Parts: sequence; structure tokens; C-alpha cells
Amino acid sequence: MASIGKIIGVNGNLIRVKFESAVSQNEVAYAKFVTKNKEGKEETIPLKSEVIRIRGDYAELQVFEDTTGLKAGDEVEFTGELLSVELGPGLLTQVFDGLQNPLPELAEQCGFFLQRGKYLPALPRDRKWAFTPVAKPGDVLVAGDTVGTVPEGVFTHRIMVPFKVLGKVTVESVVPAGEHVVEDVVAVVKNEKGEKIEIKMVQTWPVKMPIKAFEERLRPTKPLTMQQRIVDTFFPVMQGGTFCTPGPFGAGKTVLQQLMSRYADVDIVILAACGERAGEVVETLREFPELIDPRTGKSLMERTLIICNTSSMPVAAREASVYTGVTLAEYYRQMGLNVLLLADSTSRWAQALREMSGRLEEIPGEEAFPAYLESVIAAFYERGGVVRLKDGSTGSVTIGGSVSPAGGNFEEPVTQATLKVVGAFLGLSRERSDQRRFPAIHPLDSWSKYEGIIDSKKVADARHILAAGVDVNNMMKVVGEEGTSIEDFITYLKSEYLDAVYLQQDAYHEIDAACTGDRQKYVFDKVYSILKTPMTFSEKDVARTFFLKLTQATKDWNRVAIDSAEFKDIEANITASVKEVSANA
Amino acid sequence: MHNVAYHRIERIAGSVISLRAEGVANQELAQVTSSFGTSLARVIRIDGDMVDLQVFAGARGVSTDSEVRFLGEPMKVPYSEALLGRVFNGAGKPRDNGPEVDGEHITIGGPSVNPAKRIIPKTMVRTGIPMIDVFNTLVVSQKLPIFSIAGEPYNELLARIALQAEVDVIVLGGMGLKHDDYLYLKDFLDKNGALGRTVMYMHTASDPIVECLLVPDASLAVAEKFATEGKNVLVLLTDMTNFADAMKEIAITMEQIPSNRGYPGDLYSSLASRYEKAVDFEGSGSITILAVTTMPGDDVTHPVPDNTGYITEGQFYLRKGRIEPFGSLSRLKQQVNGKTRSDHRTIMNTMIQLYASYKETLEKQSMGFNMSNWDQKLLKYGQRFEKEMMDLSVNIPLEQALDLGWTILADCFEPEETGIPSKMISQYWPKKG
Repeated sequence: MASIGKIIGVNGNLIRVKFESAVSQNEVAYAKFVTKNKEGKEETIPLKSEVIRIRGDYAELQVFEDTTGLKAGDEVEFTGELLSVELGPGLLTQVFDGLQNPLPELAEQCGFFLQRGKYLPALPRDRKWAFTPVAKPGDVLVAGDTVGTVPEGVFTHRIMVPFKVLGKVTVESVVPAGEHVVEDVVAVVKNEKGEKIEIKMVQTWPVKMPIKAFEERLRPTKPLTMQQRIVDTFFPVMQGGTFCTPGPFGAGKTVLQQLMSRYADVDIVILAACGERAGEVVETLREFPELIDPRTGKSLMERTLIICNTSSMPVAAREASVYTGVTLAEYYRQMGLNVLLLADSTSRWAQALREMSGRLEEIPGEEAFPAYLESVIAAFYERGGVVRLKDGSTGSVTIGGSVSPAGGNFEEPVTQATLKVVGAFLGLSRERSDQRRFPAIHPLDSWSKYEGIIDSKKVADARHILAAGVDVNNMMKVVGEEGTSIEDFITYLKSEYLDAVYLQQDAYHEIDAACTGDRQKYVFDKVYSILKTPMTFSEKDVARTFFLKLTQATKDWNRVAIDSAEFKDIEANITASVKEVSANA
Repeated sequence: MHNVAYHRIERIAGSVISLRAEGVANQELAQVTSSFGTSLARVIRIDGDMVDLQVFAGARGVSTDSEVRFLGEPMKVPYSEALLGRVFNGAGKPRDNGPEVDGEHITIGGPSVNPAKRIIPKTMVRTGIPMIDVFNTLVVSQKLPIFSIAGEPYNELLARIALQAEVDVIVLGGMGLKHDDYLYLKDFLDKNGALGRTVMYMHTASDPIVECLLVPDASLAVAEKFATEGKNVLVLLTDMTNFADAMKEIAITMEQIPSNRGYPGDLYSSLASRYEKAVDFEGSGSITILAVTTMPGDDVTHPVPDNTGYITEGQFYLRKGRIEPFGSLSRLKQQVNGKTRSDHRTIMNTMIQLYASYKETLEKQSMGFNMSNWDQKLLKYGQRFEKEMMDLSVNIPLEQALDLGWTILADCFEPEETGIPSKMISQYWPKKG
């Protein structure tokens, strides 16, 4: 039985409540805010809250809304439910806030501003879905097994035995194929105790618990291409892997994430905009419906789901938003799909934890972040992974989190805690973004533990040339160009060439913005062979001019379609000009 | 409302007083009367029957038996057209000896705009300053800080933008201003006839610290109201570092655990909830925010500029009386500078690249290297660029600034040396003679 309580203290978005009967940790409650509406009539607005600490008869709750006007003595109603999300067909293409309220529908009802205490169901209740049964009466199923399917956009959405169901269940009945809304009962099953359970197309799941209805977790083995050369070739990510993109402001974190969300080779992309600018979400929101996904030929929005808790929305909901995102990702993984979750930015989420920890007067750790920061971050990234489902198919959740370190200093706690648990580190550098070298991923500081699409020996060799070039450049700053040998100078030019034509990519160019895996293999081979060609030049100026021209030609090469005649022409020109200066010629 | 007077204050620390009272709501206003006068206060924490209040005028002079009367509603400011031309303090009281403004009372710190209702920014704000209009275009609904250090003419810059920007209403919020600066801003706008479309919320350095906290909220609440009524509003805030320092002061008095250099853990959220008020309402008005943020010790990694940089859509660096072309960035400029004039982006990129080369040449020169013919050209160009484009006194519309750019380029270089596409050259390069 759900408990009730009374507010005895308010401190920012933290309330202290004296409760009467049992309450549980992370249980959702509603603080009853009593106010007068415009006509002067009294109305009660329920403000969603979550229990975060219990001491004796008192529970401390974080309120997901502004607490202005709450009084000591106001009533609080506990629900007995943990903070949960709705799972079912109709999630894709939606834009939710951190608590899974659909924002466009809220806008329809409330206008320009978000209204306190206004909650709407996440899934449309009146939309009909064409249900096709899969299970038959008598089948023995467990949580996560498919009962039937409905088509959702280009995907076959599995209606599954709710993840909450314990043990084996026997199917009693399944409705025949037909149109149903999400709340219709589509099957009835009986559990081992003989209790009947009704299965609807919608089920709920607490966001802070990983969904575990799978056979086993596997090692990531398939590369996930983002069509960004520096990522796919040098710092690859795998399906089911985790990566982070820390960087100071203005280094292009968000642009990089937008490119990934557009070009990543996955079925579904979930964007969790967590405590960042609203304007950036708006760009995705307005542009994605217009863009075509080359994999499906449909609008990009059809494979996208946005969780949007911008920086001006209440802090507690920001904390919830990353969990909402990852839970939805796990849900689609259960259908054998590959999902990419991009969280921008996990630092804001960590700051939300810090704010609550401060209000709870917990003993602070480094930079006042709570002591449990590392374990919370680790637990979040660990929700990524490849799993083998019970029907033998595999699904994956890849997690990419951007980090916004204070002052661009990677030594701070959030970056460090993240680096411990991710498989790839794409560190963005202020220096490179100031030089307009985009994507501004630092080619020497970053790392990846994953195997990419290109032979790792060659990649290591190319990185070696980059490092050597940087050394020569540093030396030249001291001794000047005059004091540098022509061999060293050529190494330097080669590293700059690699940087300019391969690491950098024009995000705004229609062709160069995305470079497919096959094209990367082809171009990398070409560039690599140029790097390995011994060259002779009479003097440094000649070498410089040669490389300037070569860079220009290769950049043009990047900007033409791979199947065009121009592509072949430019390539022939490059080959010819390299041959002229080759020492072996 | 509950019209009970309380006369027993149990704790006074900084500008925060605590007393026992019942039925008090969070953020509710109260009136505190002491022998030095009456001040408003607001509830910031409730613990059982113990209530903490922030006294706007400061707790100095408040005695343990001063009268506290709760008003039953949160902080509000009056709104009407009559606000224009007036000056108020952070608590919304007139500070220009004028009468109180009658009108609708609006709550400050209202809810966030629904992101689904936002639109992609599309209109530029013309300021007449080439370093902004040409190189880092300001866009309607943008939020931009001016990063600067003490002693730079940032208030002069704000005043000029206020004067020249094509907007309907200007809301100027001053926090911790020197009294002289306050008078300068007021007189400047008055003298140039812009006071009539300006509302000012002013907190000077000698005013109570709590009022400083209220300035951005009051300014933005009024701006939001104007914007929903179809007005294009420009909000100018100076100086947000003082605002952050006021938050720090209150947080420390409240014995909150500091996070970074003494600032409270919610510094980012507090700044963001103000800056995010910048918006372009579909089918109605807009709010554009320009805010001065002084960087203590010219250190951009200081928590205030650092957190600001993560929130805003770019930044202007004001150094040595000029807007720095490097580091300054308007993230939204791409949305508008393709639609102004076909040579806008070309001029923007070319002039900055050449200016960067000029800087390298300067370095070489200072190290005593020989100056080549090309270096000489760059030196000539750099000096002209600084004098005719970068100087803050330059005041020309965008088109004229672009023309000037071509003239400077043509005076210093041959067309092919600039790397400008030949199509642009034939269209725009000034003909000799």
C-alpha cells in the first residue's frame, strides 16, 4: 500500500518528508502543491519527486520541478513505484524531456513555456498498431521473449513478455492479428504460481536498473563506423563499445556528436541532451526530419529518439535523463537491434549529482563531487554492450558520452572517472580547434582499445609519422627552418599532409562530411603509400610547394564522389606527381 | 494571507536571518522592519518550523526583535509599457525618484521555454561594429558573453551596442557596477535618445548583495514579457562575474559546500537558467542576451567564464580596447552570414587568415628575422586592419564594412595572393585607377 507523508523541510529542490508507512529507496512520490489558479479557485499541482535517502521516519526527496511555494505541512503521496519509463511501440521519432514527457504534446497543451506538474503519457494512447502474434497458447516463455510484433517505421517492434515477470510463464491466449492500441491486452500468460498476467503492448521498467532479459553478454567484435576518418581509422569504436569525447567549450563536441548521430552505422540513435543548450537540440529537431537516411531511404528522424533536458530545466530531471536514455536503448537492443546512445554531456549529469549531494550534506570528494561519482559513472557505461538474446540474435548498445571538463583540464574527476571505464577516448583539443583543424580530436593523446576497419599496424605506423612530425615542428621552433635537415623537414611535411587530408574533414561539405568505410580503406592505402614513398627535393621551398599542391589535390579528391570520373582523374594526377619526386624513380 | 507578525529572530548571519514561523512557502516574500527601515526578504530554506530568509537590504541593523511579516506570494516585478525609460533596483523599486509603476505583477525566474517551441535562429542583429557584423555576426535569440578584464571599456561597448542595435526594447541589468559606470550608462543612453526604449535594473557595488542576485531575474522576466507581446528585446547584463560572486557570498553564508574556488555547485545551472531565457518565439518577439563577464586575472579557465563558455553560443573577447578576432566566436553566425551579401563569408575568412599571417610576421619581426617582401605587405595590411576595422570607434554598416575590406585588401595585395576564388575577385575586387 502506498504511503503518504508531510513535508517538513524545503531546501532548493530537496524536500524532507515525514512518512507514515513503508517507503522504498528511489520510489516516486508526488508533492502536493496547493495554489490558486487564475479564477482564484484552489487547485493542487502534483510535483514529481524521487526518494533519495531515508533516515528514521524521514525521507529526503529530490523534486523534478521548481519548489517555489511548497510549505511545511504540505502533503506528499508515495506511489510505491520506482522511477520508470514506458516501453512500447511509438517511442521512435519522439522528443521527450528527462522524465519521458513528450515535449511537442506539452507545447500543444501549455504553449511556449513548460508548466510545473504537467505530465503526459509517453506513448500515444489512441494510435493503432498492426499486431501479429508470434507466441501460441501453450508456449512456455520467460521475460523478454516475443509474444508478437508490430511494425514501427522500418523496424519490426517486438512485443515482449514484460521484463519484470519472474520465472517461466505459460501462454494462455494471444489475440489474433489485428489493429490494437498500446493499452489493449494482447496476450494472457500464467506464471508458475498459477497467477494470470495480462500482457499489453506497453510495459514499464525502472530506469536505474539495467534490463537483463538476455542470454549472455558478448565481447564487442564488429566495428561501428561513423564515417569520420579520424575516428574510424585511428580511434575506432565498436558496436556495443563505449567511448567518450571530452573537450573544452568551443572544441566542437556537439558538432562531432551531431555528425555521429547522422552517419553512425547503427539501427537506432538515441540522443540524450543532458543539461546543454536548447538551441542545439532544436537544430537536430528541425533538420533531421528533412534528412534522408541512406540505409533506409526514409527520414533520419525515423531511427532517432531525442531525450531533451536542457540546462534551464530542473536539475533533478537532468540526472534522470541519462538513465531514461539508456533504458530506452536497452529496450530496442532486446529486439536484436544495434543502438547508439549519445549523451551530451555527462559532466552536467555529474554536476546534478553534485548539487544533490551538497544539499544532502554528504561528505564531499574531489571538487565537491560525491564520493560515489566513479561507481555511478562506471555503472552507467557498463550498461553498454553486445548481448546474445534468448532467440539467438544479438543486439547492442553503444554509449558515447561527451564530457565538459572545467577549464578544459582532463585531470578533473568526471573525465578521469570516465576514462577508466570507456574503450575509446576521443580527446578534443582547444589547440586544434583554434587552428580550425576539425574534427579537433587530438591525434596523439587520444586512444582506442578497439580494432578498426584498417590494419592496425599501418595505423600505428601512420601515427608514428604524425608524432615524428610534431617533434620536428617543435625543434624547428627553436632552431628555425635553416637548422633543420631536409629529411626531417620532409617528415614534418608528410605529417602535416596526413593531418590535412586525412584527419581533417569538412563537416559542412556534402561529400567530405561523410566518408564510408570502403572509401576510407581506399584513401588510407593511397595516403599511406605516399607517406612511405622516399622523396628527394633540391631544397625546402620546393618540398613545401610540392606538398602544398599535393594537399590541395588530395583535398579536392576528398570532395568528389568515389564513383565519378573526376575521382579517377585526380587520383591519376596525384600518383603521377608523387612519382616525379620519388627517390626510387 | 496569514497576517501574523513575528518578532523573534533566532539567527542572523550575513544577509540571512532565521526565525520560527508556520505555514510559510518556499520562495515566499516577507517584509522585515527594523529601526533602519523596511526591506523585503525571501524564504530560501524551510526546516520544520525554522525558516531562513534572505533580506534584500542586508541584515545589517536587523535586531532579534525586528518585525517579520510574510506576504504570501513569491517575488514579482511590475510590468507595463510605463517601465520604459525608468531605472529600478534589483528588488524592482524605482531608483530614479520616479513614481512606482502600476501594472501586471509578473513572477521572476519563471519556467523554461519548451524546446519544441524554439526555432532555428535566422535574423542578424546589426550593431555597426565591423568586428561583430562582419566577423562574428550577432543573431537574434543568441546569448553571448563579452569576456573581458577590469579596466577594459566593456560598458562603453555595451552602451554602443544598445544604441545601435535595431531592437524594440533594451533591458539593461547592472550588477555590482561602480556608481560612475551606472551614471555613465544612464547619461549616455539619455543623451543619445535611447533611454525611451530602455528599462534599467541597477545594482551598484554599494547596494545590498541580495539585490544583485535579483537583477538578472528581474531583467529577464520583464524582457520575456515584452517578447511574448511581440517585441524584439536586447538584454544587456554587466557584470555576470559580480552576480556569480554574489551567489558565492550567499552560499558560503548558508554554509553550503563549495565546489570550485568557493563557488556553489549549482553555478552552471544558475547561470544556464538565466542565459537560456534567450529565445526567438515563433510568431512573436525575441530575446537576445549580451552579458559582460570579467575574467579575474585574464584567466578563461576561472569557473565563471569557463561555465559561461559552455552555456553561451560563442563569446567575444575584449582585449586592449578591441574585439579580438581569435577566440571570439559567434556559433550562430553560419545561420545568417550566407544570406547577407555573397562576399560576406569570403571577406570574413580571408581577412582573418591574413591577419593571422600578420601576427606570425610580427613574431618573426620581434625575433629579428629578415622581413621579406610578403612580410612587408602583411605588416601594412595588419596595421590598416587594426586601425580601420578593429578599432571600436569604427561605426559603419555591414555593407560598407565589406567594401572597406575589399579596399584594404586591394591596397595591400595582388588578387591572387589572397587565395580568394577568382569568381569573387572578378565581381568584387576594386578596379585600379
